[in-house]
Amino acid sequence: MALNHVVLGLLAEGPQHGYDLKRAHDVRFAAARPLAFGQVYATLGRLERDGFVERVGTDQDQGPERVVFALTEAGRRVLDEWLADPEEPHRYAADELVRKTVTALALGADASRFLRTQRVAHLEVMRLLLAEQDAVTDVAHRIALDHTIAHLDADLRWLESAHDRVTAERNAS
Amino acid sequence: MNSTTLLHATGLQKSFGRTPALRGASLTVGPRERVAVRGRSGSGKSTLLLCLAGVLLPDAGGVTYLGRRYDAMTADERARLRRREMGLVLQHGQLVPELTVLENVALPLLLEKVERSSAALLAHEWLARLGVAELADARPAEISGGQAQRAAIARALVTGPQLVLADEPTGSLDTVGADEVMAVLLEATRSCDAALVVVTHDNRVAARMDREVSVEDGSTEPAGALR
Repeated sequence: MALNHVVLGLLAEGPQHGYDLKRAHDVRFAAARPLAFGQVYATLGRLERDGFVERVGTDQDQGPERVVFALTEAGRRVLDEWLADPEEPHRYAADELVRKTVTALALGADASRFLRTQRVAHLEVMRLLLAEQDAVTDVAHRIALDHTIAHLDADLRWLESAHDRVTAERNAS
Repeated sequence: MNSTTLLHATGLQKSFGRTPALRGASLTVGPRERVAVRGRSGSGKSTLLLCLAGVLLPDAGGVTYLGRRYDAMTADERARLRRREMGLVLQHGQLVPELTVLENVALPLLLEKVERSSAALLAHEWLARLGVAELADARPAEISGGQAQRAAIARALVTGPQLVLADEPTGSLDTVGADEVMAVLLEATRSCDAALVVVTHDNRVAARMDREVSVEDGSTEPAGALR
């Protein structure tokens, strides 16, 4: 699930408490829906139960006392695996592509490699859909496939422009 | 390079004046293989295609076709090799405006001294296979972009080439027209057992190929096998 990995990605930059995690998430993923505090604490609870984050202290800066969480080694492994794996190309869920790329960039991981492997995964699905489309004669079926193919194509164009921008940024710095 | 190599290009460098277009591009194509060449505008991919066709000679690096080096051949020998062994399809068809569609398709055969009536017969056969036989007597100005591309594909395949090189063959067409032209191009090359190298921006075209190579700043990098 995306939120688990996003929280792991934020904690990879240093220990934080839930309130700061929510704020960091909302700033980084400004186009996404803001996180509810309940979601953050539920996510932290799950991650702690699975041993991917741990409590490292409390923070009391004028307000209420807050538990500070840090990434564990197991959590880092899970995060790295998530970053290395191409997403299964879903019909419209490109959000995860954006989240993964933004997280990889923030961590200084190889975002362009992810973008390339993702392109191969997307093209493979597009190839299957085009073959399916070649085989069907029914117009309704064909236009439904057109719709799905067009969304995959939009993802592919985004992957390409993201790759170009990431590469240009890296060459400039 | 081995016996299953049709075309082998390595370390290609090519500049136009002081502007480098290729800085070490390499590509190997096997018989019947279908390869997409992708890259941004100005990345050098069209120059790469012209080097593969032997239209341009690189400043450094070399291209061999079935073991024959282009730079050891005269321009006439390369032109003959291109006419006999290769078919070229460009973005806007590039049909000769003064000739009819049929004459355009027959042209490569006539240049190879095939007798006029046999050339016309074969050209007509190819137009029919591509679904545009009724346009045989039309002039290029009288037909649509998609029809012109079908005629250009017929002209590229009429000599039974082993290699078809296409530069943005669907670049000027809408989605449905592009899909139809691409399906026709793939079917035609498959029926000739020809290999196909397509320079394209179109993901739908790239997805129909066996493999994709991306060109960035004049260099190639394999983007991985698609299947």
